[in-house]
Amino acid sequence: MTTQLDAIREEFLAVEPRERLLLLLEYADDLPPLPARFGDSTDLLERVPECQAPVFVRSELENGAVHVHASAPAEAPTTRGFASVLAHGLDGLTKEEALAVPDDFPDTLGLTSAVSPLRLRGMHGMLARIKRQLREA
Amino acid sequence: MTDQDDSARLGAYAHPERLVSTTWLAEHQGDEHVVVIESSEDVLLYETGHIPGSVKVDWHTDLNDPVTRDYLDGEGFAALFGRLGIRRDATLVVYGDKSNWWAAYALWVFTLFGHEDVRLLDGGRAKWIAEGRPLTREATVRQAVDYPVVERDDSGIRAFKEDVLSHLGSPLIDVRSPLEYTGERTTAPEYPEESALRAGHIPTAQNVPWGKAAAADGTFRSRAELEAIYQDGAGLAPGDDVIAYCRIGERSSHTWFVLTHLLGYEGVRNYDGSWTEWGSAVRVPIVRGEQPGEAPATLVG
Repeated sequence: MTTQLDAIREEFLAVEPRERLLLLLEYADDLPPLPARFGDSTDLLERVPECQAPVFVRSELENGAVHVHASAPAEAPTTRGFASVLAHGLDGLTKEEALAVPDDFPDTLGLTSAVSPLRLRGMHGMLARIKRQLREA
Repeated sequence: MTDQDDSARLGAYAHPERLVSTTWLAEHQGDEHVVVIESSEDVLLYETGHIPGSVKVDWHTDLNDPVTRDYLDGEGFAALFGRLGIRRDATLVVYGDKSNWWAAYALWVFTLFGHEDVRLLDGGRAKWIAEGRPLTREATVRQAVDYPVVERDDSGIRAFKEDVLSHLGSPLIDVRSPLEYTGERTTAPEYPEESALRAGHIPTAQNVPWGKAAAADGTFRSRAELEAIYQDGAGLAPGDDVIAYCRIGERSSHTWFVLTHLLGYEGVRNYDGSWTEWGSAVRVPIVRGEQPGEAPATLVG
């Protein structure tokens, strides 16, 4: 596992379960806006159907470094938070490092009792789609 | 819509005291006996900003038993409301996202414990925000109180699988989406498929998706519109014993609220086991397709 994602996981596990939700909210607030080149439409992004909310992701390689772009509505802060964790946690990794992230990473943040299984499944869906996009990149 | 139109619409419901308008709440949110509760599907939504002074009830972690598939018991409920500083005689105004879908679910659970004065905020969270009313991220601090231990009473408004089996032949309302009803999916469109082994609906159930009861702004449709939907459309009549169900009993809580409090039906029960139980149970009858179907003769109660 990469140090970046490890650090994020440690950050979650270091606080009480109720505080973890607030940490997730900080990430939700901190989801980077989509670069202007994506425009106002979601044509260049991939919908994540595992999420109830309209969530879109696109991962790219730039000079060998991974960048994950995501959009999720303000009304879906849990999902925004998960997208933000992945966007921050994977940013700048090599393709190989990102593909080596365990598929069960979402289950290791200590959030399973705080959020519903449906939502965690959404994060699994995002991670799986990001990895597939990188494999195809 | 003007406030006057709004109060005319609210006044026409069977139990108008079960709904408050955003205007009413803005005027009463400081009242000592009024407690405002947010219950939204996204469990972080409250933290992103809530109605000032409101407390959060999380449908997922606060209302369910963590082990058995059931709601919390009398002691658990007393501990929850005690911690939130809610007295037994408090007026509760519940609001949430998605046209109050989860708020209605929380209100239904509160009703299982006989908390008398429970109301929904008409239009919910979305209308409050659309009107430019304030939200805050400031944590609400309420003094803890002693809430009495009242055992949950499942007899009046909750139905179990056995109740549904013996109810066959009487009105059933399936409030899921048409695709779930016909059996093409086991969960709502946009939601992952999960939790039920078979797809379709309970024989004889009429399909009235829950959202039909809500207008575009999240408020409830007028009494005349609701009568057209449930009486002319689905064939219900005042006085009917009705059981409503969905996937886990949340969307059908919304319909339970409409039939019970807005149309005044007295014998409405919510089958919270719903499709996740029925669609996986052994040897219960299931119908696929658009027609309600017939109840097996051996089962008609």
